Amino acid sequence: MEQNYKIIGKPESRVDALGKVTGKAKFAEDYNVAHQLYGKVLRAKHPHAKILKIDTSKAEKLPGVEAVLTAKDIPGSKVFGIVVQNQAILAEDRVRYLGDGVALVAAKTKEIAEEALELIEVEYEPLPVVTDPEDAAHPDAPKIHGDDNVFVHHKVRKGDIEKGFAEAEFIIEKKFKTQFIEHSYLEPEAVLAEPSEHGGVRIIGSVQNLFSSRRSVAAALNLPLNKVQIIQATLGGSFGGKDEVMTSMCCRAALLALKTGKPVKMVNTREESMLESYKRHPYTMYYKWGIKKDGSITAMEIKIYADGGAYASMSPFVTWRSVVQATGPYYCENVKTDVYAVYTNNNYTGAMRGFGSPQVNFAIESMMDIIAEKVGKDPLEIRLQNGFERGAITATGQTLDHNVSLKEVLTKAAKEIDFQNKWRQYKSAQDSPIRRGIGLACSYRGVSLGAEGTDAAGTIVSVQTDGSVIVSSGITDMGQGAQTQMCQIAAEVLGITMDRIVFLNTNTSRVPDSGPTVASRGTIMGGYAAKRAAEIVRSTLLSVASEMTGYDVQVLDLKDNYLIDKDSGERLASFSELAAECFKKGRPMYGFGWYKSPQTSWDEEHGQGIAYFTFVYGTNIAEVEVDTETGKVNVVDFVSAHDVGRAINRQTVLGQFYGGVAMGLGYGLLEEFEIEDGIPKQLNFDEYLLPTAMDVPNVRAIIVENEDSTGPFGAKSIGEPTNEIAAPAIVNAIYNATGKRIYELPANLERVLLGHKLTRKGERGSVQKEKEELVIESCKIK
Amino acid sequence: MKVNIKTKINNKVYELSVSPNQTLLHFLREELGLTGTKCGCEIGECGACTVLLNGKAVNSCLVLVPQIHNKEVLTVEGLAEGDVLHPLQKAFIDYGAVHCGFCTPGLLMTSKELLDENSEPDEVEIRTAIAGNLCRCTGYIQIVEAIKGASKELRKS
Repeated sequence: MEQNYKIIGKPESRVDALGKVTGKAKFAEDYNVAHQLYGKVLRAKHPHAKILKIDTSKAEKLPGVEAVLTAKDIPGSKVFGIVVQNQAILAEDRVRYLGDGVALVAAKTKEIAEEALELIEVEYEPLPVVTDPEDAAHPDAPKIHGDDNVFVHHKVRKGDIEKGFAEAEFIIEKKFKTQFIEHSYLEPEAVLAEPSEHGGVRIIGSVQNLFSSRRSVAAALNLPLNKVQIIQATLGGSFGGKDEVMTSMCCRAALLALKTGKPVKMVNTREESMLESYKRHPYTMYYKWGIKKDGSITAMEIKIYADGGAYASMSPFVTWRSVVQATGPYYCENVKTDVYAVYTNNNYTGAMRGFGSPQVNFAIESMMDIIAEKVGKDPLEIRLQNGFERGAITATGQTLDHNVSLKEVLTKAAKEIDFQNKWRQYKSAQDSPIRRGIGLACSYRGVSLGAEGTDAAGTIVSVQTDGSVIVSSGITDMGQGAQTQMCQIAAEVLGITMDRIVFLNTNTSRVPDSGPTVASRGTIMGGYAAKRAAEIVRSTLLSVASEMTGYDVQVLDLKDNYLIDKDSGERLASFSELAAECFKKGRPMYGFGWYKSPQTSWDEEHGQGIAYFTFVYGTNIAEVEVDTETGKVNVVDFVSAHDVGRAINRQTVLGQFYGGVAMGLGYGLLEEFEIEDGIPKQLNFDEYLLPTAMDVPNVRAIIVENEDSTGPFGAKSIGEPTNEIAAPAIVNAIYNATGKRIYELPANLERVLLGHKLTRKGERGSVQKEKEELVIESCKIK
Repeated sequence: MKVNIKTKINNKVYELSVSPNQTLLHFLREELGLTGTKCGCEIGECGACTVLLNGKAVNSCLVLVPQIHNKEVLTVEGLAEGDVLHPLQKAFIDYGAVHCGFCTPGLLMTSKELLDENSEPDEVEIRTAIAGNLCRCTGYIQIVEAIKGASKELRKS
């Protein structure tokens, strides 16, 4: 039912937009203070090596240098990590990838700091390098940490896989691979760390997850949490990317600041950023499905190797989401899934928008099209036949007891673009070298953190004595619009307009630890907390209003910046007058809201449990033109349909739809961060290709709203769902156009034209074909 | 060594003694405190540092300060007239074209050059004009819509 909301659902302008169009918004690099020093990092010379000796004496003598530090200067914990504590702030005795930091310099200017780096002498003993996760999983492989490179093994077990394959009439077996992806936030990492008056440190930086970074800084410096203050500057994009790399930078800048007693600024160049920062995990995925002639799925056996790179980072959580979602939203009684994360000497891999779903969705949605063709159905039919409905039991044994809108998003998207007719038409042979194709992909996605860990957040709504309002939260904004959503929710509850509200950038010392702003949990968690905070203030205001006017609380309401009589609509006082009265009466106009998510559960041994408290559903359809003479793929039309629960702000929701598709298009067609023998090949945007305005099509967006009781005003998630199915939709469209299936992302010119990647070994210009055969297919027909 | 230059930045005349090897980007940010112009790649690929030099959009990371001698520079800080936003700034807000905001100043300047030269650009012309400005958040759609909206607004006035 359509509620009569004033602010919710409206395309309210972003609260942070004005500062951003005038150049007044301050990003981390825009902060400067008197007497600040510049910090720089010396990074590894080898992707895997023992450090025999570090001599800093020459660097220390360079005029203008105020500190040169190595791991031995870290007073507290020298390593950090959200799950496994093994990431070095500065490498002590060994470097494990080329982005490892070895020493730090603080100097009066950037130039002096850079010159000093050159004067630090490091003696290495190179060690054997391992860069392929399957090689690294081998018992004889060089070890990166401890005595086993396999550091995660998640399982899902359901039914009897042998029985399932015995019942099958076809068995389809395929191998899929995905690539490293760079987050490519436009703003490179930056911080300014200052010694603070309590013997601690105050850091302003481009930090996504302030509380986890704060924990690591405190541990490294042996400080209590209350002496480490991290303030988020306006964040120039993150997409999951400004977590550990920023923790590392915060620790380093804080060390330098406390050592020198002066403010220290650190800014990565793009090259430093791409060299050091973590990436989206490459996956090697083996999918073996048993199907019947009618298209039903009797068994799924899935084995996945995730390249964790040099450090554990978020791999245990990323791969957990993969294991939960690896079967897609499809009925299957017999499931055996194994997901491994393996250490290598590549860049470490961690959180990136999607968080383990874009990889598996590429495999799942390719498989769905493959089985559809096998049994003579179209891509929509096969998904409608096998797709989840309310009451479905997932691979992890969870009963979906919310509105399961998978078929709604599928049919709405298909209808929008006349999918089935186009698909049939393009499937028949096309004569022209430019061929059209259309492809579809859908997904279900667990909302928020799920059984990963504690899931709670806090927001503060504070009405000032003049009726203006300040909102602050432990949930952070990185460009997605979290601030605006929380302000809208507060405005709706308080019956005021948005121009009365200011959002304070998150400061760890002023708001409670609300966990990380990840997993598309900003609106559902921070927003729900904002609603509760505003309701506390509203209740106080109405009680004062009742005393002030003599009206019963039940007949009073707050609307359009006024206190009104609900029955007559008469304005009894302005919101400002009411706030002043409240202050005069000594009543608090401060509300603190806390929201803890509903219970989830997980049995790690059997891979069963209530993985997430609710799910969202989405469908993408891509229409492409493939130039069969060059391999160039143009995406000419696109449909994106997602059930968001409730759109708090239609405009920011659409922004997520569009941005997610663009990033998914890059993943599908263009982007690849290549690492050869531990050495990255792309360190800036000249070689790492991001989609431009010429590559991204207009997107037909379909916002589906089935309110969910777990979120504020029924809202769920949207940030990541939009980014997780564009690539498979495009790959399926390429198949529809050409009859050639892409098993390894990205589907760039050479893969589309030649069917394999072109690699340059050593000499520029040399070309060799990949040895590996990617496609294994076995069919048994009974 | 320093070089003496005369220039006009955001309608203000400057006579300055500058380092010949400093880029316009760092000069604006570090010497003048005009931090609205952003540093994203420093090799002319991302467009975040775009400013107008005699009305033409340039990557300020690829311009050395002495090159602005006897020329006019306009940065995002000079786009509004007092408190009155330029129609492009207003449209970027109204159409939801601002997400993280890091590409925004550069895109505003590139779009200004486009609209100054072509008051009614079509979709392809807009997309071509902004192809040198990377944006990772928006997928460009709301930016294209904002530029169309601003062009309409400018033609009205």
